[in-house]
Amino acid sequence: MKRLITLFLLLCSPVSVHAALGIFACEPEWAALAREIGGADVRVYAATTAHQDPHRIEARPSLIAQMRRADLLVCTGAGLEAGWLPVLLREAGNASVQPGRPGHFEAARFVTLREVPARIDRTEGDVHADGNPHLHTDPRNIAKVGAALTARMAEIDPARAVAYRARWDDFSVRWEAALVRWQARAVPLRGMAVAVQHPSFSYLLAWLEMTEVARLEPRPGIEPSVTHLARVATQLQAKPARMVLRAAYQNPRPADWLAARAGIPALALPYTVGGNARANDLFGLFDDTLDQLLGAAR
Amino acid sequence: MLRTALLAAAMASAFPAQADTELDALRTELHELKATYETRIQALEARLRAAEAAALATPQMAAAAPRPAGRSFNPDISLILQGRYAHLDDVEHRAISGFLPAGHGHGLPRGFSLDHTEFVMSASVDPYFNGYFNLALVDEEVEIEEAWFQTTSLGHGISLKGGRFLSGIGYQNVRHPHAWDFADNNLMYRVLFGEAYGNDGLQLKWVAPTDLFMEFGAEAGHGAEYPGTNRNRNGAGSYALFGHLGGDAGISHSWRAGLSYLHAKARNREGELEDLDGAETETRFTGASKTWIADFVWKWAPGGNARARNASFAAEYFRREETGQLGCDDLDPLEPSLCSGGMTGDYAATQSGFYAQGVLQFMPRWRTGYRYDRLDPGSVDLGANSASLPVTDYRPVRHSLMLDYSPSEFSRLRVQYSRDRSMEDTRENQWFVQYIHSLGAHGAHTF
Repeated sequence: MKRLITLFLLLCSPVSVHAALGIFACEPEWAALAREIGGADVRVYAATTAHQDPHRIEARPSLIAQMRRADLLVCTGAGLEAGWLPVLLREAGNASVQPGRPGHFEAARFVTLREVPARIDRTEGDVHADGNPHLHTDPRNIAKVGAALTARMAEIDPARAVAYRARWDDFSVRWEAALVRWQARAVPLRGMAVAVQHPSFSYLLAWLEMTEVARLEPRPGIEPSVTHLARVATQLQAKPARMVLRAAYQNPRPADWLAARAGIPALALPYTVGGNARANDLFGLFDDTLDQLLGAAR
Repeated sequence: MLRTALLAAAMASAFPAQADTELDALRTELHELKATYETRIQALEARLRAAEAAALATPQMAAAAPRPAGRSFNPDISLILQGRYAHLDDVEHRAISGFLPAGHGHGLPRGFSLDHTEFVMSASVDPYFNGYFNLALVDEEVEIEEAWFQTTSLGHGISLKGGRFLSGIGYQNVRHPHAWDFADNNLMYRVLFGEAYGNDGLQLKWVAPTDLFMEFGAEAGHGAEYPGTNRNRNGAGSYALFGHLGGDAGISHSWRAGLSYLHAKARNREGELEDLDGAETETRFTGASKTWIADFVWKWAPGGNARARNASFAAEYFRREETGQLGCDDLDPLEPSLCSGGMTGDYAATQSGFYAQGVLQFMPRWRTGYRYDRLDPGSVDLGANSASLPVTDYRPVRHSLMLDYSPSEFSRLRVQYSRDRSMEDTRENQWFVQYIHSLGAHGAHTF
């Protein structure tokens, strides 16, 4: 009996000494970042893909099973996962990733959020009380979150802390260089007016100093209706935009319709890692985003 | 070395006023590095050019101090408003043929009516427990549907729930009416539990550390709800066991399957039945009730993105065995029945049934669904009561078709048509128009 209990406990223990650190990443960008820092020392599971809407994920049994085995959860926070993450946390029976534990990492806590609503009211649509959660579209935030994530991974898995820090140092040097390159390339985009489907790119636009002149969703999270789109089209005649932006996961129809009507290009930006073939890592994500923006601006 | 150079570059860009001398120094440093760090140097030069032009804002690379989260102390509170219009036949006494009535339902009001209004509150109690509270309000009645704590810190996939909760058996059981895909409950749950099986007690659940989702649970409780009764005893009045498996099949498909068992005991469980002559009688069942449920759910979302289009299919099958004694007497002493004076006989029944439903969201906001209900009264042995009470082999069937529209995640309007043949002598066309609105922090839904 005693032996059985020991075996049972052994089977259930979250990390044995040699096992890779199990990371449950809510979104692909954090999975990519964790892989940069963790390399072969971590086993990363990305709960969502770039073709899924991170607001609306089904709390599927497979996600519960992965959450059960995670040592560290890396999510955006700020209410982005409010519709599914609480169910996973409740059902998985994993103590180490509960809120407040070191194994519960929320990126939103390490950056300053934009668009914090002054008034929280559902007439405003699906607003996030803490601010806009699509913070990874500004690459400077990736650097901030990465530094904090490295510290957290080192705290949870001190045996491999040196390796995590070394990989992070290497990544951040390359990231800084890339930032300089991107910012230099993006100079022609400054001040350019764009229309967006959902406030997915507020951080990107702020970084590149572009301006959002119209939104296709009548309220955040509410599907654009035909009447609303017609109104936006009229609005664009008075205040023209150079392009319409949507994330790869968003329904293409509203953006395409409006773009055709206004005679401007509609861009499907990758939004996150895996959003298209070129955005296969964090560098590719911003390379492709800038290429598309510059291509459309020409 | 490179780090120093980078730092210097960052400083230079941060303080353009002192840039001149530092830029010179940096340039010299850069030339020295060039031999070994050719590619990285290009980036630094670009950075220098940027600094010279003082064109761009300097990126802030340092990690910001952690920001406290917003409203984490406040409990999540929500209120669910539900109401409907029902177009129904005038049926005096609704009862599913061939089955003992489960609990006392609220009947089916005709015309406009208010459904349960649900009040829900939930929060972390402390680092060790979560708490959840669900109150259902209808006229002159307040019902605590759920009020439980659940451990969060046991780890190893184990969680313990205590208080009043909806049992983890089956699939539909844990879902509150506002999360149903149809305007009314399926026939299977109506004959099994009235609405859903809730219990006051404890639930222990374990999730296996495997890629395939495997969950096993055991419950023990007071067992006062149908099919059990309050027997005024210490110890557990009912217990339940359940296991679920689940996973994904590719990116677009996911599934869950389960088996559950419920054992309950009843003493003088009241019911109303018509005798062979159609007079109302009151029945009292004392004995054991065993229920098995098999459930299967499959969901589809193209590319894993359920936002525009998705579909789900759910089916459950049950088998119930009840053995014991059935007492029978007049419901109203002024209206004598064949049971006048009180009769008691052996009772043994094995009954079964199932439902299967499919729901398709064919475009954003719009869903349609079809549900098929079928029950089998199986074999019922009434013993001595067979002289007064009827036994039927009629199989209740119902078809339901629904269409709903959700302006947002928080509101839903639904119309449903049901062709109901759950009563042997009634063929009914039922129409429902229903609204479900949720105010406040609406909790996440389970699979």
